[in-house]
Amino acid sequence: MSTTTSQIAPPRRSRLSGLLRARELPVSIALIALVGLTYAANPLFLSPQGTKDLLLNATIMIILAAGQTLVIITRNIDLSVGSILGLVAFGTGSLFANVEGIPIWAVFAIGIVFGAVLGAVNGLLVTLAGVPALVITLGTLYIFRGVNNWWAGGTQYFADDRPDAFGGLAVDTLFGFPIITLIAIVVVVVLAVALAGTRAGRDLYAIGSDPAAARLFGIAIGRRVFFAFLANGMLAGLAGVLYAARFNSVGATTGTGMELNVVAAAVVGGVAIFGGSGSVVGAGLGALLLTTITGALTALRVDKFWQQAIVGVLILTAILIDRVASIRTARRLKTGAASEEKK
Amino acid sequence: MTNTETSATLTAASTSKTLRGEPKGRTGLARILLGRDAVMIGLLLVTIVLFALFIPRFASPLTVGFLLLDVIPVLLIAMPMTLIIITGEIDLSVASIAGLTSASLGVMWAAGFDMNTAILLSILIGVAAGAFNGVLIAFVGLPSLAVTIGTLALFRGLALVVIGDNAVANFPPEYNAFVTSKLGATGIPTVMIGVLAVVAVFGVLLHFTPFGRGLYAMGYSKEAARFVGIDVVKSKFWLYVASGGVSALAGIYWTLRYSSARSDNATGLELTVVAAVLLGGVSIFGGRGSIPGVFASVLLIGTINYALRLGRVSEVVLVIVTGALLIVSVVTPSIGAALRRLGHERRIRRELPRSDGPGPTGA
Amino acid sequence: MNLSLKQRGRRRLALAGSIVSIAALALAGCASGGTGGGDAAEGGEDLTITFIPKQLNNPYTDVVLGGGEEGASAAGFASSQVVGPLDASASSQVSFINAETQAGTNVIVIAANDPDAVCPALEEARSGGAKIVAFDSDTNPDCRDVFVSQVVAKDVALIQLELISEQIGGEGEIAILSATANATNQNEWIAFMEEELASNPDYADIELVTKVYGDDDDTKSFQEAQGLMQAYPDLKGIISPTTVGIAATARYLSTSEYKGQVALTGLGLPNEMRPFVKDGTVTEFALWDPAQLGYVSAFAGQALADGTITGAEGDTFEAGDLGEREVGADGIVIVGPPTVFNADNIDDYDF
Repeated sequence: MSTTTSQIAPPRRSRLSGLLRARELPVSIALIALVGLTYAANPLFLSPQGTKDLLLNATIMIILAAGQTLVIITRNIDLSVGSILGLVAFGTGSLFANVEGIPIWAVFAIGIVFGAVLGAVNGLLVTLAGVPALVITLGTLYIFRGVNNWWAGGTQYFADDRPDAFGGLAVDTLFGFPIITLIAIVVVVVLAVALAGTRAGRDLYAIGSDPAAARLFGIAIGRRVFFAFLANGMLAGLAGVLYAARFNSVGATTGTGMELNVVAAAVVGGVAIFGGSGSVVGAGLGALLLTTITGALTALRVDKFWQQAIVGVLILTAILIDRVASIRTARRLKTGAASEEKK
Repeated sequence: MTNTETSATLTAASTSKTLRGEPKGRTGLARILLGRDAVMIGLLLVTIVLFALFIPRFASPLTVGFLLLDVIPVLLIAMPMTLIIITGEIDLSVASIAGLTSASLGVMWAAGFDMNTAILLSILIGVAAGAFNGVLIAFVGLPSLAVTIGTLALFRGLALVVIGDNAVANFPPEYNAFVTSKLGATGIPTVMIGVLAVVAVFGVLLHFTPFGRGLYAMGYSKEAARFVGIDVVKSKFWLYVASGGVSALAGIYWTLRYSSARSDNATGLELTVVAAVLLGGVSIFGGRGSIPGVFASVLLIGTINYALRLGRVSEVVLVIVTGALLIVSVVTPSIGAALRRLGHERRIRRELPRSDGPGPTGA
Repeated sequence: MNLSLKQRGRRRLALAGSIVSIAALALAGCASGGTGGGDAAEGGEDLTITFIPKQLNNPYTDVVLGGGEEGASAAGFASSQVVGPLDASASSQVSFINAETQAGTNVIVIAANDPDAVCPALEEARSGGAKIVAFDSDTNPDCRDVFVSQVVAKDVALIQLELISEQIGGEGEIAILSATANATNQNEWIAFMEEELASNPDYADIELVTKVYGDDDDTKSFQEAQGLMQAYPDLKGIISPTTVGIAATARYLSTSEYKGQVALTGLGLPNEMRPFVKDGTVTEFALWDPAQLGYVSAFAGQALADGTITGAEGDTFEAGDLGEREVGADGIVIVGPPTVFNADNIDDYDF
């Protein structure tokens, strides 16, 4: 895998956009096919309420997958996102319950900062100690979850404890789109532009493609990777606040087991697990596809016992398609380079 | 000309880095006494002694029995996992394979299969599941992290398809009794004999055969391993097959110990196993680690776990301790390594003033 | 085997082996100093009791355990403990039972995540002299002395059917949103509901279209509720016989266009359901007083430990403020009838 990515890496500048578009294509097709087939079988699937539910379900996963993409692109991984989300969600609940009349924007700000702090812990450990992110974030997955259990105990905060306007965020729509989904879309667009259009964003791809080359090139690997973790923490924090807006209860176990789903969403969306390629848009589509499939199978009345197996097949298919695509791209690049030489 | 010169110094520098980062020589008494394994084993012994002194009732054959019964699934699966991680790969589908075998065993038994036949077929199912991973990873060349996240969902899904929301419980009592039986008054479960045999097989395989040395080579560099004549593809394939088979054994043990076959058996065990293996000193990048270290690490986590329960300390503490141990265990040596590297680079820079000392690739 | 090994290798193996055996010896050696498990206390003064809930840090469980602790001190236990797993999986309770066996606890009160998975461990505890009280969710009857049940299982099932039938006007499609697919008590209630739907002519026009499982997970239950609406556009009502499920479903309904259109009932905690009753999403739901469940369990344990009862049918014991309780068939002790909560009375309860 690493050999193919490093082969693609050199002519990156001119081919990058085309390559990315190709990687998002399969997941888009799968999504459209899934929604189309389900709609044909059960028109209620795309009723206003159905569409709204579909988007709302995907929102939190889209934000988490977008953040995870930043980290995976640099050839790292963050397994602690579910624990971060849980901590921030519980923090949000306790802010509303304990601080009388706290403005909603302040809760968002505090939640995002809280997430950023937790992300920074990951980032510092990974970059300063130079230890693989998988190990560090597996450790912080346990630690953050333990802290959440210790902090929350049996306490849960319910939707009732939070102001109606806050819960309303998760329901109200703007031009037919749920507000929190619009937030997720803004996040994806901002990150996509930042990744493709800024020096820092392109550095992340370079670090993931070939860390040694990136270092020789003078890229501040440590600082960039740290900020990727920081940004991921912020987004997990944002997702935690939104979780509290959307769901009824937040407590010690909120967000448990989410991490592998988030990584799966990114992988399905064409983000290469060993870094260097993939896009936030793809990851967002992957998240949308994975959350849609659960709803679609229920709407199609497919036996619920098959659902998880189908998700597994989907992930494997995505990796296979990705593999075929990258082999083809590598071949195309080789022949392209050869024809350029002839000229 | 200058180009080749620089690349020559590059290689020289990076080789010496590798050697320096490692204890010299992979065999020998010195390594055992000073290496990571010794630290883990020492830590385990100190922990046991401390708990025996300070936790009432800890020092008892009952502890040995209950504790070992608890750690057996993790201990079993940690063996192939160690080898796989040493080659620089990972297998996150192990717990799902255990769940799938548990579900199949239950369904076959309920359908009237002979118990021994059902157990044998369940192991074959595990082996097949492992081979499926192996084909995708070794032959097709897909990244193992992504593949096994996919099969984690797939195998768990198949377990649900096989057994649905049922639970099969009425296994023959003699099988259940055998699994929890103890060796005389020692408190050591009888099945530990089999488990130790598995540990020994993997230990010998890794540390005393050319195949095992090949795994370390693969972890360092697949290209180099292929270059010196190691069949990377086949080695990897068989590791995943072994992982599937051992996970199946763990699944069967799980089913019989709890006399309950359900689709959600052993859920989430994969991260526990990976955590134990990494704590045991296996490098997630591959190329480093040993069976004794992992063995001690599994027992260490199990001991702390059991002692905390006996002391009625909340499991919250255990969760935090596991996480903290994991981080401390990887951060401490890498800080040491970073300091050594710094000194080394400075020395290289002094000796070769013109070349920019290339840093290691790091994370 | 050793012949094929290199000299150094053999030495290493031997060393590793000897370390392991030293560890084993150390453990076995210390054993003589330990007290071992299961020495039952003689007098009633130093009896110990331990509660093992399905899962810690769960609001419903906390109320039950609060009642349990109160009952334990009222019944005169010298010490009462709460231990338990953070996740509600089948096997997660076994090591806690083992530790309690070893600690020589006199009474173990357990809400089983799986009726069979805990059995071998409980048998071992009993052979060490411990008395086993199952509460909330039963174990296999062979491996406990009594089961303290909230209510008669059939009554719980019937009251939920009555509520839903009333709310949908006696006809239409209904669905069940349960906890995990293996949950003992939920499955028992569901079985009674299905039986009653099939046999009672009053319910002839009600069709149970599906059962889905939210795994007592807020997010999953929420999405299952949502899926039900799409899959069954004519759905009239949902029964959710679990506190997590009913709250999550209520949350979804109250934020969707189905609010007031689809009836919801089941078993819920008044504190959790209050907003949904007030905003009209839910008319009526039921539950027992969870604290009483823990309270009676503690007294049942005390009566078992001092030999007042053996768990046989017809045995009676005093359950503190709640008065006398009788052991029924299959060793089941009933706490009391379920309470139905609605807008008029919900403010009178705080749990």
